[in-house]
Parts: sequence; structure tokens; C-alpha cells
Amino acid sequence: MDTPIHTCDYKISANNGGGYTVRLGGNLSIETASESLKRLYSELKKASPPFYFDLTDIAVLDDYGALVLFELKHHLKISESDFHIVNPPETYKKTLSLVNFDFNARCSVTFGQPKNNIIVEFGAATIEALSNVKFMVSFIGAITLSLKNVLKRPKSLRGQDTINYMKATGVDALPVVALISFLLGLIIAFMSSLQLKQFGANIYVASLVAMAMVSELGPIMTAIVVAGRTGSAYAAEIATMKISEEIDALFSMGFNPTLFLVIPRLVAAIITIPLLTVFANFFGIAGGLLIGIAMLDLTAGAYITQTIDTLTIFELCWGLMKSLVFAILISVVGCLKGFQAQGGASAVGHAATAAVVNSIFLIILFDSVFAVIRSYIG
Amino acid sequence: MRQSPIIEVKSLTISYNNELILDDISFSVACGEIFMIVGGSGSGKSSLMRHMIGLETPHMGSVFIGNVDITQCADEEFQNALKKIGVLFQSSALIGSMTIGENVALPIIEFTDLPKATIANMVRMKLSLVGLECYVDHLPSEISGGMRKRAGLARAMALNPEILFLDEPSAGLDPITAAEIDELILSINRSLGTTMIIVTHELDSIFNLSQRLVMLEKSSKRIIAEGAPFELKTNSSNPMVRKFFSRRAEMKEERNKSEGSHETIIF
Ligand SMILES: Nc1ncnc2c1ncn2[C@@H]1O[C@H](COP(=O)(O)OP(=O)(O)OP(=O)(O)O)[C@@H](O)[C@H]1O
Ligand SMILES: [Mg+2]
Repeated sequence: MDTPIHTCDYKISANNGGGYTVRLGGNLSIETASESLKRLYSELKKASPPFYFDLTDIAVLDDYGALVLFELKHHLKISESDFHIVNPPETYKKTLSLVNFDFNARCSVTFGQPKNNIIVEFGAATIEALSNVKFMVSFIGAITLSLKNVLKRPKSLRGQDTINYMKATGVDALPVVALISFLLGLIIAFMSSLQLKQFGANIYVASLVAMAMVSELGPIMTAIVVAGRTGSAYAAEIATMKISEEIDALFSMGFNPTLFLVIPRLVAAIITIPLLTVFANFFGIAGGLLIGIAMLDLTAGAYITQTIDTLTIFELCWGLMKSLVFAILISVVGCLKGFQAQGGASAVGHAATAAVVNSIFLIILFDSVFAVIRSYIG
Repeated sequence: MRQSPIIEVKSLTISYNNELILDDISFSVACGEIFMIVGGSGSGKSSLMRHMIGLETPHMGSVFIGNVDITQCADEEFQNALKKIGVLFQSSALIGSMTIGENVALPIIEFTDLPKATIANMVRMKLSLVGLECYVDHLPSEISGGMRKRAGLARAMALNPEILFLDEPSAGLDPITAAEIDELILSINRSLGTTMIIVTHELDSIFNLSQRLVMLEKSSKRIIAEGAPFELKTNSSNPMVRKFFSRRAEMKEERNKSEGSHETIIF
């Protein structure tokens, strides 16, 4: 190969019969396109058509170079009859013909999203919200049907999957749940002791910690941790399967996607989250106990007796019942968001985020509802 | 062979997790050549391509692009080598959150400083080459598999690279579109002198386009044939190779034999 040319040069001369000839030479390609476009445009702005672009001396021309000519014609508003290409080398004729069609006539496309007015946006948002509700209702319906199916034929539950999910949701989450509740118990005991000490009511720290953990903080903290760990994982896994047509493949092989994907996760969550809550309660009380012994001069025996005296069976069951509801919320929302995913990789991230945000919101909402109900039961 | 080699693969050995895929492969590709890599499914064509563009580190051996050994050069040199190449992946690899137009525009915006409107026209030009100019605003998930393949091809060609790596460019396309793609490849090769390295199974493309090819085989993990397709079809000493080019399966061969067909193949 002879030494490659990396520049484009041109000579502009006025013709006798009017108009200008632009004699291009060298390399008019991707390397020089933007530079040449700017320079030619600023020079030809003042000149008047017709223009003759002489390509005799051109050494390299690619589609970027051809586009430069096209853009010049377009920006200088040269009409077809005033725009001439002289002597195009044989090899480049095809390249040049590329730019000779009218983009807008062939199909009307715009770069970027078209802007809608506010009413259209509002209508579209409403329709989408309604179709989301419809999807949600049919999804819950599908889960109910599949559960009925499992109750009738327990064999249709995918056992090994369920056990794997139980491990991921429960066993793997135990360290972090335990640590968080232990620290939480520690904090509650410490904070309440600051007040109760003044009245010499140290022993009631035990009652406070036990009540707070078992009826509120145990279930809620566990649910929030699991929503972050597992809800997002459920959503991301299912969304990935959705966008890569794996769910369609399952469906076409005759599997029921809900039964295959949702039920094992739901069952795993329903079993493990209440168990995790029990552990959370236990570690929370242990945290309180540590403060009681170390800072409040209580004996372990006295602390534990006080704890047992405070807690009732109803209280324990109430807390576990709440965590059961949270388990259902987390797994159903996680799977739902996964199934709703559409599009590319970003849909997976979006599904995971939506799962966490929505399930935490619902957890807090349902907890408030439970608090209201509780105040009526007394 | 027109010019000095632009790509040279020297005793390349590829293995994944200690499982040998290709053993001691050497060949070179001349500048401006249309070079094909063929072989059965799972014979390591895509793996070879991934190694040739430096996506993976070979077990042994080296790959030269220009004069640079991309298996062990400085990062900067590697980036420069990457600027020379365009790649179409087997699975298209369009970015899912961007429209087709944005996918094609991505490298153009990054590596040229043309005005926005000019780039938009360039994108349409590139897409019109593959017949997708009306799908600028579609997301990859909204078009068909063959269309994704074509959009990927448009993106690979966006910067008029010196070397184009195409992994099965016409897989999943109808015969007419496939022929159009072949024609497009040929015309790009003619007008811009682009070197093409193409992985394919399509016999038509092989005979229409390629000047030279290598054939990989799964069991021996080596190149079992190298040369021009027509020559290999008739003159190869390896029956596997002749079978590949005349599109015949093992079974049919056996049947022909047992039926006493006078087509004789010497094993
Ligand atoms: N990332 C990887 N890890 C482990 N093994 C791999 C990996 N990629 C490929 N392989 C193995 O390498 C072999 C060759 O794969 P490759 O994708 O290169 O085949 P191919 O020739 O492109 O086949 P096809 O025509 O079906 O695309 C296969 O046996 C595959 O199992
Ligand atoms: Mg492959």
C-alpha cells in the first residue's frame, strides 16, 4: 500500500458560466468528514449556486464523504438542478448513490421520543395503571389456582427448587438477620434504660425489649432485610428469564410458569420468613439481656423470668402471623415484578428495584393496618 | 493474496477450564481479503473469533492485528487495535435499553465530531444498507431475530472499520435477505477494501464470497483444511471436508453405499 493520505484538500473556483467548481482531492472519509464539512460549509455559504463538485482527484471516498456532499446540499439549500457531481470515480458510484434518496419520503422517522401533550400522557398513564391492576389480579388468580393444584396433588410442587430457595431465603439470611436484631435489642435496651433507671425500674427493660421485638421489630426488620435480599433476587431472576424468552419456552413445553417459578418461591418464603422472625426475636432479646447484665446489674435469671412473664402466646402468634403476611407480600411482589419485565437488560434492574420499593412500602402499610386492628381487639 | 497479512494467528491454543477447545492453530489473513472460518457446531469458531479480538486470553500462542500482538500489548495499543475492528456477535449484542438508531449512533457519536443531524442521517444510511431504515426508533426487543442480526451488522460497520469480524451474519435470515447481505459484504469489501473475517455455515456464502477459508473440527481440535472453497470441495484429501462442502450427512453416505450407489468415497 502506498502511503495513506489523511487529509482532504479542495480548490474553489468561479466558473465562467456562473456558479462554482469545488475540486476535491485526497481523502474524504470518516477521518476527515467533520472537518471538511465545517470548512466547506463556511466557504460555500457566501457563494451562489450552481455548484460542481469535481471528484477527479479524490483518492479515498467512503459513505461518510458522500454524506458530507449530501449535507452540504441540504444545508445550503441547493436544489437538485444546481447540484452536480463531476467525474466520480467508477468505484465510488455506488457509495454516492447511497445518499441520493430522500429519507423523509420513505418513512417518517424522528430521532428521539416524540413529545405528547399532558392529556395524552395522563390518559396513557391511566390506561397503564389499569392494565397493571388487571395483570396483578390475574396473577394472584393464577397463584391461587396453582396453590389449589398443589394442595390436590402435592407432587406437583417442585421440591428440590423449594428447598434451594429455602436455603437462599432462610439459611443464608440468618447471619445478617441475627446480627441486626441483636444490635437492635442492644439499642432498645440501652435507650430505654436511660429513662427507666431514673425510676429504679430497671427490670422493665426486659419487658420493653421483649414486647418491642416480638410484636413489632422482629417481624418488620426481618421482612425488610428479606425484601432487600430475596425479593430483589426473585424479581431479577424471573425478569431475566422473561426477557430471554425462557418463560415462553417453559410455557410451550407445557409447564405452568406460575407453578414452576412462583409457587416454590412462595412456599419457601412462607416457611422461612416466620422462622427467621423467631430467630430475630431470640437474638433481639439476647441483645437486651447483654445490656441488662452489663449495665443494669440485673441477673440473667431475673431478666429471663421477666421476659417470659411479659410475653403471652397471643403476642408470639400475632408477630408470627404478621411475618407470614409479609412473606406472602415479599414473594408475590417479587415474582409479579419479574413477570411484568419487558424489554432489555434495564428491565431486570427496574424489576428488582420496583420489587424492593413496593414490598417495603406494602410491609409498612400492612403493619399499620395490623396496628389499627390490634387497637380494636384490645 | 493481495497484500501483507493484517491478522496473524500463531500457534493459538484455546481452553476453557482446562478443557481443550482448539489446539495449536496458525493462519494469517491478508489485507482486503474475505476470509472465512467454517466448521461444525461447537467446533470453536466463535471462541476463535473471541480470541482474535482479544476478548479472551489464550492458553498459549499469540494474535497479531497489524504489527501488534494483542494478547500481550499495552492497554493503549490494544485500544488502538480495537479502533480498527468492527464486530458482529452471534447473538447480535445490541444494547437493549437503546433504540436501533441509538445503537448504531453510539460509536459514531463517540469517535467522530459530526453534528447531531448529520449523524442521524448517517445512521439512516447505515440502516438502509441492511434494509432497516424504518426501524430507527424500535427497541431491539421489538424487532425480529433476523432484523437484530442486520442491525448488529449496521452497528459493526458504523465506523467503516478496517477489519470486520462477522459471526454468522446470515444465520436466521431468509435466502433473499441472506443473499443481499452477502452482496453488501462484497460491495463493502470492494469499495472500502475492508478485510472480512466471517464465521458461517452457509454454503452459498462460502462459495460466493470467500477467497480463502479454514475449517475447524471438533474431534481433532485443529484446522483440518485451509484454502479456496472450490479447490477444497473437489481436491481435499479429507472426506470430512468434501462432505461438508457437498452438504452430505454421514447417514446418507452409508445408505448410498449400502444401496450400491456408484458414488464412491474412499475413507
Ligand atoms: N465461556 C466458555 N466456557 C466454557 N466452555 C466454552 C465457553 N465458550 C465456549 N465453550 C466451549 O467451546 C466449544 C466451542 O464453542 P463455540 O461457541 O466456539 O462453538 P461454535 O463453533 O461457534 O459453534 P456454533 O456454530 O454452534 O456457534 C464448545 O464445546 C463450548 O462448550
Ligand atoms: Mg458460534
